[in-house]
Amino acid sequence: MAYSAFRIFRESLTGNRGWKPVWREPEPRPDYDIIIVGGGGHGLSTAYYLARNHGITRVAVLEKGWLGSGNVGRNTTIIRSNYMLPGNQPFYELSLKLWEGLEQDFNFNAMVSQRGVLNLYHSDPQRDAFVRRGNAMKLSGADPVLLDEAGVRKLCPFLDFDNARFPIRGGLWQPRGGTVRHDAVAWGYARGADRRGVDIIQNCEVTGFLIDSGVCKGVETARGPIRAKSVAVAVAGSSSRVMAKAGIRLPIESHVLQAFVSEGLKPVLPGVITFGAGHFYVSQSDKGGLVFGGDIDGYNSYAQRGNLPAVEDVCEGGMAIMPMIGRARLLRMWGGLVDMSMDGSAFIDRTEIDGLFFNGGWCYGGFKATPASGFCFAHLLATGESHPVARQMRLDRFRRGKLIDEKGQGAQPNLH
Amino acid sequence: MIINHPLLGPRDAAEFVHLGDAAMIDRPDWQAKDAAEAFHDYLYLRDNPAGTYRELWYHEQGDRSWLVVIRDTITHDIKNVELARDHARRRGRSR
Ligand SMILES: Cc1cc2nc3c(=O)[nH]c(=O)nc-3n(C[C@H](O)[C@H](O)[C@H](O)COP(=O)(O)OP(=O)(O)OC[C@H]3O[C@@H](n4cnc5c(N)ncnc54)[C@H](O)[C@@H]3O)c2cc1C
Repeated sequence: MAYSAFRIFRESLTGNRGWKPVWREPEPRPDYDIIIVGGGGHGLSTAYYLARNHGITRVAVLEKGWLGSGNVGRNTTIIRSNYMLPGNQPFYELSLKLWEGLEQDFNFNAMVSQRGVLNLYHSDPQRDAFVRRGNAMKLSGADPVLLDEAGVRKLCPFLDFDNARFPIRGGLWQPRGGTVRHDAVAWGYARGADRRGVDIIQNCEVTGFLIDSGVCKGVETARGPIRAKSVAVAVAGSSSRVMAKAGIRLPIESHVLQAFVSEGLKPVLPGVITFGAGHFYVSQSDKGGLVFGGDIDGYNSYAQRGNLPAVEDVCEGGMAIMPMIGRARLLRMWGGLVDMSMDGSAFIDRTEIDGLFFNGGWCYGGFKATPASGFCFAHLLATGESHPVARQMRLDRFRRGKLIDEKGQGAQPNLH
Repeated sequence: MIINHPLLGPRDAAEFVHLGDAAMIDRPDWQAKDAAEAFHDYLYLRDNPAGTYRELWYHEQGDRSWLVVIRDTITHDIKNVELARDHARRRGRSR
């Protein structure tokens, strides 16, 4: 049943006894049209758009743990479309547009909050680079606003503008960027897919692929083999581990990225703010906690926890732009496995094995991509063609020399 | 993480930078027929194992030596550290 204000009113009069579980817990069937491996944001949104856009509902999402146990429930919830390269920016702008209509679309409150994303700049060359980026954003229809120092002072008077080392000269602001309640994104897509007939199967780890003469015909799972016409893998930080079971080596390394939440404070930050001379980004949750993060730790890891040098580096970044947060106490921190690719950009593609498709390489920035990733992956699975905005996100792009390297960093995953 | 440097003793991992898979010591033969393919794999594809990993670390804020570290990527436990030079020589390299 759909959620509405009327429904809340009616339930309140009848003792709230009418609320049902948000999705079913079905037993896996022996075969499906499409199996999606990984019940994170990307797997669930793929299932949702397969059903919604293409009417394909004989679909199962197989998740080894519980929904939201991976990065979709661990990220710092920032959404934006301020990329630069044509292989990325139109994709992220589509994603932002999908975020804008998402809650009405899947009838679930995901707390999409377009509170704005502000990237600070600290020097003239950096301003030039931001002008260039802003122009690239405009080409895709996004909404960059270049602010000078006075403009930033108006938005965020509390910043350390006259910092001796990194004075704040202005910023590139995207008013339509913001934050989204991450767990609710997983739940909303899961509910929407389930209501259209998709089976969401938790505690069902995929342990291998059924491959016959170069064609993938299903998966081995902890709950037995399940057959399918197509298998679509979207397991983020576990990409290399899972694809290795099909004998595929990927241009990906798994790294750990940490996130931090302070004690609750009164509302102080108007939106997302990022430091331009180090790596630090922060927003304030609706409960008041400062939610922040920075660089990945820098070494391969599957531990889902990081080390203290990265913590110190992030906190130093915070102190450099807003010393006022120095008194706030850190409440919680955790880590997630990020699938760092060789050029810092993602993959939505078929593989050399027929019937086996791959979605991954989202690095530390795949939450904002969740709607478009599912939208485009579903398009590829249903039509056999790449969606126009995801056309460059191919696995063979390194072989062809068509890298999508936003930072120009080269094949060094821990520097992207 | 503490890296037990063979020459300098236990050092904080923050003094090092991580390059990646120690397999990068074994550069493909640029004159081989399949050199383009071999260099694609060498440069872009990674095993990325969960568990024991042999990797290159550079002591940037120390003696600038390259180390081969055997580390568990699930626990971060460091099992062995040696100079990359010793590792390369054992694999038949002259320098
Ligand atoms: C600390 C942190 C902060 C971040 N901040 C941001 C941010 O502010 N903005 C942003 O855009 N992005 C951010 N990201 C990145 C973003 O969270 C990820 O890129 C994105 O969530 C990855 O896609 P996903 O949701 O599908 O991944 P996940 O939620 O990790 O989904 C993958 C799922 O696959 C499952 N799985 C793995 N192996 C198997 C198997 N063998 N069988 C079955 N299932 C399996 C896992 O259990 C997991 O649930 C952040 C990431 C981290 C870690």
